[in-house]
Amino acid sequence: MATERRSTNLIKGATGDWEVIVGLEVHAQVTSRSKLFSGASTAFGGEPNAHVSLVDAAMPGMLPVINSECVAQAVRTGLGLKARINLRSTFDRKNYFYPDLPQGYQISQYKSPIVGEGEIHVDLTPDHSIRVGIERLHLEQDAGKSLHDQSPTMSFVDLNRSGVGLMEIVSKPDMRSAEEAKAYVGKLRTILRYIGSSDGDMEKGNLRADVNVSVRRPGDALGTRCEIKNVNSIRFIGQAIEVEARRQIAVIEDGGKIDQETRLFDPARGETRSMRSKEEAHDYRYFPDPDLLPLELDEVFVASLAAGLPELPDAKRARFMADYGLSAYDASILVAERETADFFESALRHGHGKRDPKAVANWLMGDVAAQANAQGVSPADAGLSPAALASVVDLIGEGVISGKIAKDLLARLFAEDRGAEPRALVEARGLRQVTDAGAIDSAVDAVIAANPDKAEQARTKPGMLGWFVGQVMKSTGGKANPQAVSEALKKRLGV
Amino acid sequence: MTDLTSLTLAEARDRLKSRAVSSLEISKAHLEAIERAKMLNAFVAMTADKALEMAEASDVRLARGEGGPLEGLPIGVKDLYATRGVHTQACSHILEDFKPPYESTVTANLWRDGAVMLGKLNMDEFAMGSSNETSCYGPVASPWLPPNWSRDRARAALSSGKRGLLTPGGSSGGSASAVAARLCLAATASDTGGSIRQPAAFTGIVGIKPTYGRCSRYGMVAFASSLDQAGPLARTVRDAAIMLRSMAGPDAKDSTCSPAPVPDYEAAVGRSVKGMKIGVPKEYRLEGMNSEIEALWTRGAEWLRAAGASVVEVSLPHTPYALPAYYIVAPAEASSNLARYDGVRYGLREAGADVVELYEKTRARGFGAEVRRRLMIGTYVLSAGYYDAYYVRAQKIRTLIKRDFERAFADGVDAILTPATPSAAFGIGEKGSENPVEMYLNDVFTVTVNMAGLPGLVAPAGLSSEGLPLGLQLIGRPFDEETLFALGETIEQSGGRTALPEPWWE
Repeated sequence: MATERRSTNLIKGATGDWEVIVGLEVHAQVTSRSKLFSGASTAFGGEPNAHVSLVDAAMPGMLPVINSECVAQAVRTGLGLKARINLRSTFDRKNYFYPDLPQGYQISQYKSPIVGEGEIHVDLTPDHSIRVGIERLHLEQDAGKSLHDQSPTMSFVDLNRSGVGLMEIVSKPDMRSAEEAKAYVGKLRTILRYIGSSDGDMEKGNLRADVNVSVRRPGDALGTRCEIKNVNSIRFIGQAIEVEARRQIAVIEDGGKIDQETRLFDPARGETRSMRSKEEAHDYRYFPDPDLLPLELDEVFVASLAAGLPELPDAKRARFMADYGLSAYDASILVAERETADFFESALRHGHGKRDPKAVANWLMGDVAAQANAQGVSPADAGLSPAALASVVDLIGEGVISGKIAKDLLARLFAEDRGAEPRALVEARGLRQVTDAGAIDSAVDAVIAANPDKAEQARTKPGMLGWFVGQVMKSTGGKANPQAVSEALKKRLGV
Repeated sequence: MTDLTSLTLAEARDRLKSRAVSSLEISKAHLEAIERAKMLNAFVAMTADKALEMAEASDVRLARGEGGPLEGLPIGVKDLYATRGVHTQACSHILEDFKPPYESTVTANLWRDGAVMLGKLNMDEFAMGSSNETSCYGPVASPWLPPNWSRDRARAALSSGKRGLLTPGGSSGGSASAVAARLCLAATASDTGGSIRQPAAFTGIVGIKPTYGRCSRYGMVAFASSLDQAGPLARTVRDAAIMLRSMAGPDAKDSTCSPAPVPDYEAAVGRSVKGMKIGVPKEYRLEGMNSEIEALWTRGAEWLRAAGASVVEVSLPHTPYALPAYYIVAPAEASSNLARYDGVRYGLREAGADVVELYEKTRARGFGAEVRRRLMIGTYVLSAGYYDAYYVRAQKIRTLIKRDFERAFADGVDAILTPATPSAAFGIGEKGSENPVEMYLNDVFTVTVNMAGLPGLVAPAGLSSEGLPLGLQLIGRPFDEETLFALGETIEQSGGRTALPEPWWE
């Protein structure tokens, strides 16, 4: 599926074309009830310092104990990234002082991560995808949060996040544009959510990225990179890459050179700013954490996690195309969220299961998605059951209602008739479409009689036909079968 | 009253069981002894009310014929162990007024088995030292009189800075002094490079550092995590065996703690050593070695031979590199372990204009000179550009040291006999003030054992020509503490039990 990279990604500078090189370090919060090395809850929100154990607060003599659920989640994720699972990995300490880091070090996996090289196929368009290499995935602790806006003279610290498990997923520098980077993060997030190893909720800060950007002349060796720290939305990742690439190009074209440094993205001002230079970089004094034994996994454990993995988006997309005859575009949209894909299949298979997959997909991606969007939820959570969607599609297929009526019916099912059974609702509200030729003919006659001059025009300008269909539909309260109305009009008007 | 404090732990246990004496009586006798020995500075906190409460509860259980293996026995706890609601400071200013809301696993095990807590014992700050002189509470005096000192001279020195009096060693100096002075029946201690064994040798008592992972480190203030190990100080090998059995055991709260069940160590005391093969490592015969220590070592080997063991020379070729490597690994780990004392959450806080100044002032004032020195060494050896040259090489040496021992044990050696210390106890203020390395050299015979994670027991083996106690060290296979207890008892019996000094301080 991967095709040759297109050269349209190049950025035009004053002195020629430039290529941007992007690599990402994504920090995803591990879904688990308790923290990476303590029993404290990982629940979001809550009073400051309500979810803090003695270990998280780094009380004297406290020791970390690895949470096996976090380990399992990391392995599942590694398997989902088609990556090598390291049966032996180790934990290191990254030492630095900060009030929201109670131990004075973060426990991370520096030398030997739990997951090695893997890859993700990222779809840019329905028929164009790129392969992004995964360098590694490792487990590490999150820090707490410093609050500087609570008092004019003091800073406060909330340790609720302190010690929460993160997966740092490091890509290879395989992306060549902001669009590719955004698509990569989107796809990675989809995979994490399929697996259930992270909810990828960027609003809660559960997915953040450090973005490495460099530029070069096409074909040249890699340029010096800058790392933009802690960007917390896909949109900002895109913006940060755009402005950073342009900044670097401007510097080089002005005869300057890029210093390797850490930068911050300021979305309000649309710029990146230097945070610290390479010379000012912390010396983290990494060394193996003597409180933790090497993490040793056996093949059986890994195999059992592999067996329990759900069908992942690439496989599901291929299956939807092969089994249901869906287009690559439709299949991609449906599999982007596991819940949507499940909703689709469940609506498709409901009851007798004999309905057109394309029709189910269209209604789901069309009216249902629009309603969900308006509510700010995913289609699966919009309040319509898969059975109800199946029923609506069946009613159209049986000719009981028209597509037009179906739109109204769905609108009702999302509003005043929420939870109703569509077939019963059609009967109760008299929404059944009129297919009776006599009734349609008399409605057509009435409209023609009321608009003699327009009828005259229509005989020479067939384009007017649509206006007449609309009038007849209106006079029948939308219940007439539009196809039958059109036929009757053509006959009467002689076109 | 002297009677009750002079009992061994085992004797006291038996008397309590037969109800010849109550825990309240024994505990009160010890509390009184502690009061009379205040000037030794062994205890930094007394928990008299708690002791009496625990003793009464023990007496109730004993009266019902119930109770654990240590029921009603009063002991002291090194200030390194977290004790719920009780002074826990690792004898550092930086933990001023700290009272943990939790209990260390080792002390919890002791209370589970019925022991009575008398108080917290002095130690070198964060266990960094070999003479108990780095404590923020000041030095501890050994109950042993300096050679040719009169009782009066010693009493005068006690109340004027203790200069010239003997150190009990360190870092578990308070524990050793208290046990030797009969202020408690036994005490917890800890050993990162020799902190149980050197004080045992200096004060004529028994100490064992068990195999790394035998005791949980949960709730023990960390110095160097890969080397720290809890262990007891007691007056006899049997008493040490009884204590260790209660202290040791699996703990899910410490990932490095062994899941193996704890054997009945006391059953090993008195077990025959006939047919055992004892290794004497030639690399421990240092150039310019104190001839008394050398003679003691030879005598120890003869005792074991007389008891039916065979003695062979073994080679541990990487021994000379152990001390330098230790003084890289231990400070490196300490520099990270002690980062949490930052003035933000507990303990001392010195205000600053910003957080960096708060850190600098808190840590500059909170840590003593020796701790600061080691934190700087540790930070240096882990720094970019130096890590490979120091830390990585030290870890390689550590592996080689471990391999040396493995090879000796694979050749059929059951235990290794070495001196415990290069000399008898030295005086307070005598060493290390000019050159700290002078103090570090105290650990020359003991650090190898921590580096290899092996068990090491020190038993008293007699007195020097000046009348000061000397000890011998036995090093065992991993988790074979039983062999050490059997051999230790042989040394103890052969040397004739050392008579501890009369209480001149009272």
